[in-house]
Amino acid sequence: MNMIQVNGDPLAWSAGMTVRDVLTLRRFTFPMLVITVDGDLVDRKDYDTAPVPDGADVQVLHLMSGG
Amino acid sequence: MSSNTIQADYPQFHRCEVDFTTRTEYVEGMEALKAAHQVLKEWTFTPSLPERGYTNRTLYLNVGTLEIRERPVTQQMKDVFTGGRGFGLWHLWNAVTPKTRWNDPENEIIIMPGPVSGITQYPGSGKSLVVSLSPQTEIPIDSNVGGYFGPLLKFSGYDGLEIQGKSDQELIVFIDGQKGLLRVETAPAEPVDSHVLAEILTHMYAEDEKDRVNISVVSAGSAAEHSLIGMLNFSWYDKRRGCIRLKQAGRGGIGTVFRDKKIKALVIRGPEVKGDLNHPKDFETIARTGIKLHKELRSNDPVQCLMRRNGTAHIVEIMDAYDLLPVHNYQYGSHPETHKIASYIWDQRCTQRTADGCWYGCSMACAKGADGVELRTGPYKGHRVTVDGPEYENAAGLGSNCGVFDAEYLLELNFYCDTYGICTITYATICAFVMECYQRGILDKERTGGLDLTWGNAVDDLEMMHQMARGEGFGKIAGLGVKRMKELFIRNGWGDPDLINDIGMENKGLEYSQYMSKESLAQQGGYALTNKGPQHDEAWLIFMDMVNKQLPTFEDKAEALYYFPLFRTWFGLYGWCKLPWNDVAPSDNAKTSEPAKIPEHVQNYLDIAGAMRGVKLTSEDMLNESARVYNFQRIFNIRMGKGLRVHDHAPYRSIGPVTREEYESRIERYEKELREQAGIDPAGLTLEEKMAATRKYRTDRYEKLVNTVYARRGWTLDGVPTQARVKELGLDVFPELVEIVKAYGG
Repeated sequence: MNMIQVNGDPLAWSAGMTVRDVLTLRRFTFPMLVITVDGDLVDRKDYDTAPVPDGADVQVLHLMSGG
Repeated sequence: MSSNTIQADYPQFHRCEVDFTTRTEYVEGMEALKAAHQVLKEWTFTPSLPERGYTNRTLYLNVGTLEIRERPVTQQMKDVFTGGRGFGLWHLWNAVTPKTRWNDPENEIIIMPGPVSGITQYPGSGKSLVVSLSPQTEIPIDSNVGGYFGPLLKFSGYDGLEIQGKSDQELIVFIDGQKGLLRVETAPAEPVDSHVLAEILTHMYAEDEKDRVNISVVSAGSAAEHSLIGMLNFSWYDKRRGCIRLKQAGRGGIGTVFRDKKIKALVIRGPEVKGDLNHPKDFETIARTGIKLHKELRSNDPVQCLMRRNGTAHIVEIMDAYDLLPVHNYQYGSHPETHKIASYIWDQRCTQRTADGCWYGCSMACAKGADGVELRTGPYKGHRVTVDGPEYENAAGLGSNCGVFDAEYLLELNFYCDTYGICTITYATICAFVMECYQRGILDKERTGGLDLTWGNAVDDLEMMHQMARGEGFGKIAGLGVKRMKELFIRNGWGDPDLINDIGMENKGLEYSQYMSKESLAQQGGYALTNKGPQHDEAWLIFMDMVNKQLPTFEDKAEALYYFPLFRTWFGLYGWCKLPWNDVAPSDNAKTSEPAKIPEHVQNYLDIAGAMRGVKLTSEDMLNESARVYNFQRIFNIRMGKGLRVHDHAPYRSIGPVTREEYESRIERYEKELREQAGIDPAGLTLEEKMAATRKYRTDRYEKLVNTVYARRGWTLDGVPTQARVKELGLDVFPELVEIVKAYGG
């Protein structure tokens, strides 16, 4: 498969991929995020290590700071 | 919050080395200015403090006839309009007729702090709402503002101040809430620019140095006299810096109304501020809730938004990274030079050794200030000043949207907007528009009187502003705003009318604020389906819609465009700042069912409002309180000849790509949209055909959104609240409202 979904859009998957990798690839630099991988909430402190499996459904919810 | 605490929370940053106590002073000669005053009217009152958030009276002043009186705050006013913006709109409704124009004596400027405004326990609780008929939109405008004036007015004995009439002499209105004295004085000699005037008047009306914190000045500036985009500065005395600071009621031209009435300044001297002056029913709940947020700010802000270091400017580089920063009049969403105006620049340039709350007790402290700014242009060239800001809107609007990527020039633009009394957001969007007109040959040096309005030319940008302040040249034309400039340029035959209309970023006569909405349908509605015009303080949905994809259907977007405008209206009814709601979040917010709403903070607000008034409030109560005022304002707009679907039209630049280069800059996105959403194969189409197809698809989509939002709000397809909705909200107690909606098919 070698593909994941991030907020409904496809992103190429690679072995050993972490949540931090997803954020970097999608340029998600916003500091107030709520992230789930296949429905499981990922704690902010685990972004660097939390694995993202092939085929995963990743939701990166940005809160509404600013405005 | 001590400065040591702030430093300890953010050890990774180094300190700003600018001496924040040295600046040009303006108080010399103050006695001569004072001696020229003539007292026109003196009036006494009995100072009082609020009970459960209300003093139960407002103050009326006619600067033309010098009539002064108190007006009761009735139970019906509280039940229907709650306070703040609601009270302001109700007073304005009673003051004007459908024929009243902004510069008629009947128009009012109404300043209303809400029932919680002035509490010191919960961050962001010092806001006032200012309401008037706008010179730009010709309908009611509401603008929220920090600074001390509103709370000090409340603690002097009034839930609000209503100013009507027009004077033929320059006036200062002085309200002494310690002595119970109101004086209307002529003020023939004072300068009008706010950084000078507010400093002079703070010193003039304070009885001693210690008393300066009890003084707040409302003023405009010289550009407010010669433009339609004037704003009001509300001052407070920053005792750590030893200078006055300014917050702005920016949108809609209220400063222009102020100067048209020949008011030079409103000055209040309030009582010494203490923690319980609103006299809430349940002080303990308010204190406990406040402590919780103070702790949350201290622990979470350093890893979330850094509001206490950078204020709202923290999102400059974030907007750029998400392709949402307005660049070159909203053509593009990012720029290679954004790093020159990013938050880390402001972190170093703003003084970090001092707490920056615009009201007591605000530990978010986001009213940042850059000290030691030596001005390079204009009447204050060579002066050393403190600049309030830049906030995000100033950095993005005056910066990237005009191609100015120079931090020092941005500070100077920010400073002059403030002291000249013009809205930074509005001026920025005006400047971006005329710069694009210059780029496209609609304007040239001959038509601008010699101004070279090339992107990024900060020197001529500033000169345009100085001209506006002097009431001359092309600057005076720019001061008419985008709507009137579009009409003028088309009338003069200076360019393609369709192009001019497409790129002029205004709706209802008000300029767009500084978010690029074209790739977020919900945000397009969040701007154009507002009551007052395209300001982001109703619904900021870009991330929810465009990035999170949480609003996939029209119904989802309509629900967000129902909830968030009402939630945000509620802040204006009570006197709250929005920033502590969602620029910091509880650590466990992610685990809640609706993290985007920050449920714990919503509950905080319900608890505090309830504790203040002695009632139990639910989310449904909140939405109903707001909906009454929101729908009342819509009907007010209709009464003034606006407020219908045609007035919710959005310029195409806010919806999609106007030019070839815009289309080509995101060609992948647009062709994917054509293929997957519009059902059109772009292969074989010319660029012009693809652009036309995109335009039709996106415009149709916007119109469908309008239908869906109107239905959710209980409005007809022409945008008129239905009689059933009016009745449901209890607004049918005012028969005139029913008659208006009935006449328009509601």
